[in-house]
Amino acid sequence: MFLDFAFNVKSLSETLPVMGKGMLGIFTVTGVIILSMYALEKLTNGKNEV
Amino acid sequence: MYELFGNVLNLEWKMVVMWVIGAILIYLAIKKEMEPALLLPIGFGAILVNLPFSGAVTQFYPTGAEEGILDSLFDFGIANELFPLLLFIGIGAMIDFGPLLSNPKLMLFGAAAQFGIFFTFSVAALFGFDIKDAASISIIGAADGPTSIFVANFLESNYIGPIIVCAYSYMALVPIIQPPFIKLCTTKKERLIRMPYKAREVSRLTRILFPIIITVITGLVSPRSVALIGFLMFGNLIRECLVVNSLSESAQNMLANLITLLLGITVAAKMRADDFLAKETLVILGLGLVAFIFDTIGGVMFAKFLNLFLKQKINPMIGAAGISAFPMSARVVHKMGLEEDNQNFLLMHSTGVNVSGQIASVIAGGLILNLVS
Repeated sequence: MFLDFAFNVKSLSETLPVMGKGMLGIFTVTGVIILSMYALEKLTNGKNEV
Repeated sequence: MYELFGNVLNLEWKMVVMWVIGAILIYLAIKKEMEPALLLPIGFGAILVNLPFSGAVTQFYPTGAEEGILDSLFDFGIANELFPLLLFIGIGAMIDFGPLLSNPKLMLFGAAAQFGIFFTFSVAALFGFDIKDAASISIIGAADGPTSIFVANFLESNYIGPIIVCAYSYMALVPIIQPPFIKLCTTKKERLIRMPYKAREVSRLTRILFPIIITVITGLVSPRSVALIGFLMFGNLIRECLVVNSLSESAQNMLANLITLLLGITVAAKMRADDFLAKETLVILGLGLVAFIFDTIGGVMFAKFLNLFLKQKINPMIGAAGISAFPMSARVVHKMGLEEDNQNFLLMHSTGVNVSGQIASVIAGGLILNLVS
């Protein structure tokens, strides 16, 4: 649990791909959500009653 | 006399330090009204659990262990993620996604403003935290208490107490943390950009289908976070369907208040002096701040990047509202806009970005779980 605060460069290099994948992942999911929201709005345009 | 007052001799200096920390949290909650619903119970709990042989937490005697109520509550409500999830039903019922639905592109800023999470993940690893602890610390940048608790608990972090205290404290400090970095990343000319708001009606069907679609998409990509996003969206569905108003009101008020109350005091179970007063806590406080700062910078810089291609420019300050921390961040951006130009009303745009940040932070939490566990 306890740290000795030596910089761990190896660990940093292991996390950089995760950082890249994370940002790519979040933009991809967001893109899909935005597209589906536009599609949803088009499909339901003017339908205020359900 | 020893039988009556002997316990006083068990008092340690570390416990007194925790009383001071508890008193500071109570002061901030009452005097400065900073996240009082959480900082008040956490502050009181910090004092409660740091009395010598406090019966509120589990103690070990030669005759055996005596389980404390706060540890029982922790096992019952946080270790299995129950409290954060129930709180999310209430939060979902409180949020109006209308400003986002009328301009879905705003979601991009919510995504960009999660940069601080992933950046801090790498920095925490550089500082020597193991991958799971680094991920748990980085999620402070979600600026969202329940998500921080969920992820840190799921990854069985050793630092759940400091992480939760840090997440809630920095959320309360958003009006102080964000403005200097927004100013640092923008020019006066950019801050003066006006963004006219065209109110667009969003159909009821869209409002009803939105939480269901978000749950399905997020659940497919990030199944580990589906409970988190699912409960948030369930709360929103009961708000938007308009047929269970009493449930919606209960979720927004009674449920959210009750869980907040229990959550705050239960978190204190992890604030025992021996665990909390470590150099790691200070480092975590620093890393949490890094996460908030780079979330802000990520959102603003992304807006500036988009402006390179857009004819109608965006005020880059709205990117900072993607940090989640709803609704403080939206208000900060709106206020900064008015300070530059008293006719520049950014509230609707920043609110749209802010609610998108709420969704994006949960997605980011789910991705972190997918990528590291």
